[in-house]
Amino acid sequence: MCRADGISAEDPPEPAHTRSGTDPGHTGSTDAAFTALLEDSAEDLYDAAPCGYLSTMMDGTIAKINATLLDWLGLTREAVVGRKRFADLLTVGGKLYHETHFEPLLRMQGELRGIALEMKVSGGRRLPALVSSVVKRGAGGEQLLIRTTVFDASDRRAYEEELLRRRQDAERAYAAAERARLQAEADRERLAATLAVLQQTLLPPSLPAVPGLELASHYHTASPDQLGGDFYDVFPLTDTTWGFFLGDVCGKGVEAAALTSLSRYTLRAAAHHNPDNPIAVLSALNTALLRDPSVGIRFCTVLHGTLTPTHDGATVRLAGGGHPPAFHLSAEHESDEDSRVRPVELPGAMLVGALAEARFAETTVDLEPGQTLLLYTDGLTEARDADGQLLDTEGVAAMLVARTGPSTPAAVVADTVAFLAGLPNGTDDDVALLALGVPSAGTSAAGSSTDAVSIIASDRTQTLIESTDRP
Amino acid sequence: MDIRHRNNVTVTGAADGQTVLLAHGFGCDQNMWRLIVPALARRHRVVLFDYVGSGGSDLSVWTEERYSQLDGYAQDIVDICEELDLEQAVLVGHSVSAMIGVLAARMAPQRIGSLVMVAPSPCYIDHADYRGGFTAEDIDELLASLESNYLGWSSAMAPVIMGNPERPELGQELTNSFCATDPDIARVFARTTFLSDSRADLADVTVPTLVLECAQDVIAPREVGAFVHAAIPSSRLVTLDATGHCPQLSAPEATAEAILDFLGTHP
Repeated sequence: MCRADGISAEDPPEPAHTRSGTDPGHTGSTDAAFTALLEDSAEDLYDAAPCGYLSTMMDGTIAKINATLLDWLGLTREAVVGRKRFADLLTVGGKLYHETHFEPLLRMQGELRGIALEMKVSGGRRLPALVSSVVKRGAGGEQLLIRTTVFDASDRRAYEEELLRRRQDAERAYAAAERARLQAEADRERLAATLAVLQQTLLPPSLPAVPGLELASHYHTASPDQLGGDFYDVFPLTDTTWGFFLGDVCGKGVEAAALTSLSRYTLRAAAHHNPDNPIAVLSALNTALLRDPSVGIRFCTVLHGTLTPTHDGATVRLAGGGHPPAFHLSAEHESDEDSRVRPVELPGAMLVGALAEARFAETTVDLEPGQTLLLYTDGLTEARDADGQLLDTEGVAAMLVARTGPSTPAAVVADTVAFLAGLPNGTDDDVALLALGVPSAGTSAAGSSTDAVSIIASDRTQTLIESTDRP
Repeated sequence: MDIRHRNNVTVTGAADGQTVLLAHGFGCDQNMWRLIVPALARRHRVVLFDYVGSGGSDLSVWTEERYSQLDGYAQDIVDICEELDLEQAVLVGHSVSAMIGVLAARMAPQRIGSLVMVAPSPCYIDHADYRGGFTAEDIDELLASLESNYLGWSSAMAPVIMGNPERPELGQELTNSFCATDPDIARVFARTTFLSDSRADLADVTVPTLVLECAQDVIAPREVGAFVHAAIPSSRLVTLDATGHCPQLSAPEATAEAILDFLGTHP
């Protein structure tokens, strides 16, 4: 058989330098060394090779083994040859591996290289080895015997075990990180769901129907994982009067939400106690906030009032504590620009929950057909325009003056929301809007008989529009 | 679910002959049977397959949950029987598959008419009076042995399997199969195989059964063969003059002859 390089097995070995033709001065000594190498007996080379040699019958019985391997394993030739099988030299794990992988592969392939097995060494030690085997076949192709070489792989195995250990460490670390991530995700989802439910409890589920009036509201929380601090409500007080409020507690988050909750039920309870005295209601809230140790130094701003429908509109008594002024919008057709939007000032009104002797102010607003009262939180006035300037009450007033169309609560709220959405920087605060209006004579009959509620869940903005025919 | 694709099912031999289903054991795949298939195929329809996770099976449908119990493997056999609509087939199971065959025969009795258990062991670990041949620590050592061959496995084995001048029938398609298995899957199969104890299931075997053991088998010693034979009244025990755990490779003629004798189709 000729090999690809053209040197047949019968070719005599040839010192390399005679082919390259260089350095003739050293030819003599190199030749001598080469000759000595050639005279190294094949037997000695086999026995004292730097690797283990082993020949077995096809059933694994060891027929020949070299001294190197006997030395490594601490065995004598007499104890091995004809007495042991190759598998007997392996650890139990190695034996199982040999039977399930090594042997079948060798039988099928005729050879096998570099399989990691552990061999037993007398005295209980183990020798990590890399084993290669080849089946020698007879002239007829019959399998005659198995030749095996064994390399000491102690160092290599130690290194591989190190690699394996690191891979296992990495896999464990990855699994732990993955578990933590899933846990965090689940926690966040649960928290978000809890917050969403909690947030809903801080708002009225829907606005009540007030005969002869139209109501609209809008609520937007700036952050999906923070409870807002804005609140509002509209509720019946007597057969003919409704109470309402809109407020803003300082801060955000769970503490603010606790204060929001406290403010809401206190305002509701106090309003039922004092249906004719909005200032007394604010004073009650002031006292409640100051006396509740959990409130700390937190306070809020509130507009609270009563709403009494009359035969040609509604009377609003409005009291305030430190809150931006509501806007009184006249019906579009009946006013010029200067009188179209009027802030309802409550001079001298102080924050609620800040001082024991806080003073609040009250005024009365008569809502005529087509007119609307807009209450809002400072998320609106503190929004910034295209130049980065705070809108302030002047900016909001200007926006309301500039709008066209009827001043119905629904239209006012919708226009305000659209205006905020159109600001380049939007608002990074919560915004609550509550609009109370008397339908104009022309619109009362049409379009106001159904409640419209829209909730945009994605940014947790909700707009409620409720209207009722006048009695 | 395409079962033929999933389990890499191969059908060969006499189309009108009794069907013989060959189930490989832990370690390799259906190629384990290659040396005895020609003898069986003369008078039988021979069905070969790989368990999901082995050889040329669809690894994407392997789940640890299913294949960490022998029932999961038995379900593979039942699925194949149903796919091919086999009735009264002969199920030849090697090693752990002998026990998987017992479970499959119980799950689908009308499908499987007889069993051939090649080098079976219902329990590899010693328990009180029972001698399985191994301790729990030995099994851990095997798992470690598997681990230590991972690093070189895929890259080292491929050229070996490919470079096979004497056996041209071992073509290119075997490059990545035969005994090369995903290490994580192999670990689960090894654990499931060697930690199983199916001794109690032997009592359920009522079909004619051939227990085929080797005279010298490290994994399934003769005491275990005797135990299996004693536990199955309808069994016949044949001891092959063969060494090792894979008589279908080390003594293919004798193995095929014993199976054909049992089936009454020996020429």
